[in-house]
Amino acid sequence: MALSLKIWGCRGSIRETMKYGGNTSCVEVVLEGETALVLDAGTGIRPLGLELARRGTRHIHVFLTHLHLDHLEGLRFFAPLWDPGVTVEIWGPRSPVLSLRDRILRSFSPPLFPLDFRDIPARVRFHDLPAEPCEIDGLTVTSDRVLHPGATLGFRLERGGSTAAYLPDHEPALAGIDGVPLDWLSAGALARGADVLLHDAQYGDDEYSARIGWGHSSVADAVSYSDAVGADRLVLFHHDPQHSDGALEELEERARALTSANRTPPLLAREGTTLDV
Amino acid sequence: MSTNTQKQLVLILARAFASNLSTPTLLADERGYLVYYNEAAELAVGNRFAEVGEVPLDEWLDAFAPRTSTGEPLPREDRPTWTALHDRRPAHLRYTVTSADGVEREIEVSAFPIFAHADEFVGAIVLFWRRLPWLSA
Repeated sequence: MALSLKIWGCRGSIRETMKYGGNTSCVEVVLEGETALVLDAGTGIRPLGLELARRGTRHIHVFLTHLHLDHLEGLRFFAPLWDPGVTVEIWGPRSPVLSLRDRILRSFSPPLFPLDFRDIPARVRFHDLPAEPCEIDGLTVTSDRVLHPGATLGFRLERGGSTAAYLPDHEPALAGIDGVPLDWLSAGALARGADVLLHDAQYGDDEYSARIGWGHSSVADAVSYSDAVGADRLVLFHHDPQHSDGALEELEERARALTSANRTPPLLAREGTTLDV
Repeated sequence: MSTNTQKQLVLILARAFASNLSTPTLLADERGYLVYYNEAAELAVGNRFAEVGEVPLDEWLDAFAPRTSTGEPLPREDRPTWTALHDRRPAHLRYTVTSADGVEREIEVSAFPIFAHADEFVGAIVLFWRRLPWLSA
């Protein structure tokens, strides 16, 4: 198996427990070795942390797309951080004026949290992104900035000829999708030709029209974007916290109706699902 | 003409911004290449960007024979675009050009360097200030 991703959280903002899961963004890139690689630290990272502790994983890379609360709120409750035998490497966006470390320390200090970051027993290292692609256990991770309010990244994961792109919070329509050259498309190089594209699809068309500029995409735009970059399979991600299971399934139907018959049908992200690429 | 290299997000945002302006606006990347100009600029220069493609901005501007109010050729290094791209400072200047239709016109140009981070130069935004009569033609 070249690339395998397990979804531990796929909901945007606050959480509700439903069929598709209530935890906020967190995806594990399943590696065979003793290293773990995690995308985002929404509440889904809390149960993942317990699982990593059970497995005895001692070296963990956490790649953060951005620091909005729904992508960071689980980090403080990530069990490996509280184990002195574990090394956690945190990769994520610096802002135009602050390093990733300085930005994250804010959320690990009063009044947001009772403890200070220096109280964390694990060895923690920070890496500012975007930077040159890095290789971890044979997996190449490429990052770039994407269209979403504030400093936000997307990731491209490549191993053994398989590619996945992770763009959970992304509103490419702000700069245009249809007819836009690929090099002018937000995150176009990250998502180009991906076997699997996990992409923001928070809204229905009518909802999006009232939320333009909030940083998220309609299902229709997610499908257009997937077509524009030539992704094979679109996974609808970052579900709206107000959407019931039925509402999500309607959006999935809409996405499938918009997708050409010769392409792989889009899929709703669901907690616990493993995507083998 | 596309170079098929991913554009920096700040340039993508600037292009989206410029495409909604009635002020003629050009974008240059960190290499000093003209990478976009908007519809208002297309009216001003007499060519569509798609016909011009990505070219070194200084060379492209040479074609308009920039000159001072006294008719002296305006050296590249005295142009706002040079200051923004090479010295990485904002600059503003009024000077004379001959546009694609052969008419001599006085224009006023502001150029701003753009940085994604303090140490990450992305390019420049160049605006033609003032609503000149020939733009509304």
